[in-house]
Amino acid sequence: MIERSHLGNVLAHLILIIGVVIICFPVYVAVIGSTHDATTIANGNMPLVPGGHFLENYYRILFEGTKSTTREPVATMLLNSLIMAMMIAVGKIAISLLSAYAIVYFRFRFRMVAFWVIFITLMLPVEVRIYPTYKVIADLHMLDTYTGLTLPLIASATATLLFRQFFMTVPDELVEASKIDGAGPVKFFFDTLLPLSRTTMAALFVILFIYGWNQYLWPILITTRDDMQTIVIGIKKMLAVVDALTEWQLVMATAVLAMLPPVVVVVAMQNLFIKGLTETEK
Amino acid sequence: MASITLRNVDKVYAGGVQAVRNVSLDVADGELVVLVGPSGCGKSTLLRMIAGLESITGGEIRIGERRVNELEPAERDIAMVFQNYALYPHMTVFDNLAYGLRNRGVPRAEIDRRVDEAARLLEIEPFLARKPRALSGGQRQRVAMGRAIVREPQAFLFDEPLSNLDAKLRNQMRIEIRQLQRRLGTTSVYVTHDQLEAMTLADLLVVMNKGEVEQVGPPLDVYERPASVFVAGFIGAPAMNLIEAKAVNGRLTAGSGALDLPAPAGVDTVRVGVRPEHLHFGSADGAGLTLGLTVDAIEPVGAETYLHGHLDGSPRTTLIVRVAGKSLIPPGTRIDTHAAAGDVHLFDIATGKRLPD
Ligand SMILES: Nc1ncnc2c1ncn2[C@@H]1O[C@H](COP(=O)(O)OP(=O)(O)OP(=O)(O)O)[C@@H](O)[C@H]1O
Ligand SMILES: [Mg+2]
Repeated sequence: MIERSHLGNVLAHLILIIGVVIICFPVYVAVIGSTHDATTIANGNMPLVPGGHFLENYYRILFEGTKSTTREPVATMLLNSLIMAMMIAVGKIAISLLSAYAIVYFRFRFRMVAFWVIFITLMLPVEVRIYPTYKVIADLHMLDTYTGLTLPLIASATATLLFRQFFMTVPDELVEASKIDGAGPVKFFFDTLLPLSRTTMAALFVILFIYGWNQYLWPILITTRDDMQTIVIGIKKMLAVVDALTEWQLVMATAVLAMLPPVVVVVAMQNLFIKGLTETEK
Repeated sequence: MASITLRNVDKVYAGGVQAVRNVSLDVADGELVVLVGPSGCGKSTLLRMIAGLESITGGEIRIGERRVNELEPAERDIAMVFQNYALYPHMTVFDNLAYGLRNRGVPRAEIDRRVDEAARLLEIEPFLARKPRALSGGQRQRVAMGRAIVREPQAFLFDEPLSNLDAKLRNQMRIEIRQLQRRLGTTSVYVTHDQLEAMTLADLLVVMNKGEVEQVGPPLDVYERPASVFVAGFIGAPAMNLIEAKAVNGRLTAGSGALDLPAPAGVDTVRVGVRPEHLHFGSADGAGLTLGLTVDAIEPVGAETYLHGHLDGSPRTTLIVRVAGKSLIPPGTRIDTHAAAGDVHLFDIATGKRLPD
């Protein structure tokens, strides 16, 4: 390593610290805001020190809901979002794994056609095909169901390409050794390929969980009942108050709560996630 | 244990490449057969066909009394050791060894017994709980062997199992493999492109060239009586000297000098082969071959010295003479050499086949 100058070190840290402050400040404001009562924020002075309503605000928002249009407590919304994000992440990983397995390890007619068809689904995200998709889901009576909420979002093999790339780096001899060891295609998949894909799956899970968690357009179309709402929509609805003050302290608390699960997922998966992006175990 | 029989086996790959052509071979029960040949000659293809990893385009393969053409690799009851070992990276050494047995429904106690026994035999007991990643190349090689042994199969198939090891370890493992195979008495087919490995391991040596079998025989027979120019040039290091000679008045001549050999009846030109260690200084007295050459370079390798030179009157015919110990002959010296008649091989120029003695 080249000896770094002291000044360079200080400068580098300064820039990093400024970056951290810029990113963290709004989060800090939200956390602080969620500990005050309604009038403090409504006065127009955003406080920068914690207030005394922390427990009260969080209890109310989690279990009672706001006075405005969304009467559902946030706990329900959190649960809905969690189920949706999980189903999307797990579902996408599952179908991507399977389709990549088929494409890499099996010789069948129209193999490349199948690959390209899967690939093209990447170019048709939900937003593009939203009207026909809505019609299909409505005709299947899947409005206000978890299936209706997640199926169209699962149905694109985002990660197929990634898994295909990964599978192609797995030495052929491993498949052959498995064959000789008496492991058929299913056994090879579960005993060898899945464990080897562990880190790749973890990395994808983090990315897809956040993708699912942040969904906005599709859930807003497909859910009509309050108890099916996701938290992202909940926040939006809390802001649209017609005849009363927006309860900002509750909005802030909801925002903070909405941030937590993705953070937990990232932190919990951090080790695997980084391994998945940087190293391969072969 | 079982014998392996190949009858007129052909392999044509999807692209139309004929990798193996009309190969017939009998491997007796308990025998170690080595397939040797240059890169791309179809050795691996042939081995993989025996293993069931490649389909068989034509002919028949039998293991024991069973025709195995249509059987899956697992049903053929063979075990294979791969060049890159192909250990399961996410499993411990123990699980690597046990996996094939578990898949076959071998009872737990029996698995433990066999793995322990193999681990003791190969001295890999201390590593049983480790992952392959945490092993050296030589240790991985042993684990790969262990995985084959625990299965107690009808046959072992080896595809260049030692080529990822350094020279010293390779020599050691070669000897161990030989001893192990003798001890277990398991029929084995071993692929290598290293002719030294082939010579030292084989009960039966199979020399392949361009998808076809050139010669089959015990290694020393192949060495002493190569059936073709190809085998003569491939087996033995340094390679056999090959000289194109003409028949003049019933005697052979090459370059500017007579070879002092009678020409075989009915041929105008012939290829004469003689091994570097069979050339001795001085001219022949009586029956034998005489070669005059000029030394161009000397190559001392310690216990012996190789003299590289060219034939009198034919600078493009290069020759090698093998001399025991050190040699003080300076480059540029002209020397006379001779070989006994029994050490001289004659090959047909056109077909490359050995002429009848
Ligand atoms: N899957 C394949 N498709 C088409 N041709 C192949 C395939 N595998 C091998 N070949 C060709 O078949 C021939 C024999 O290959 P093979 O791998 O058996 O050679 P080898 O004797 O094992 O060589 P090496 O010593 O380099 O391993 C080669 O010409 C090779 O290019
Ligand atoms: Mg090969």
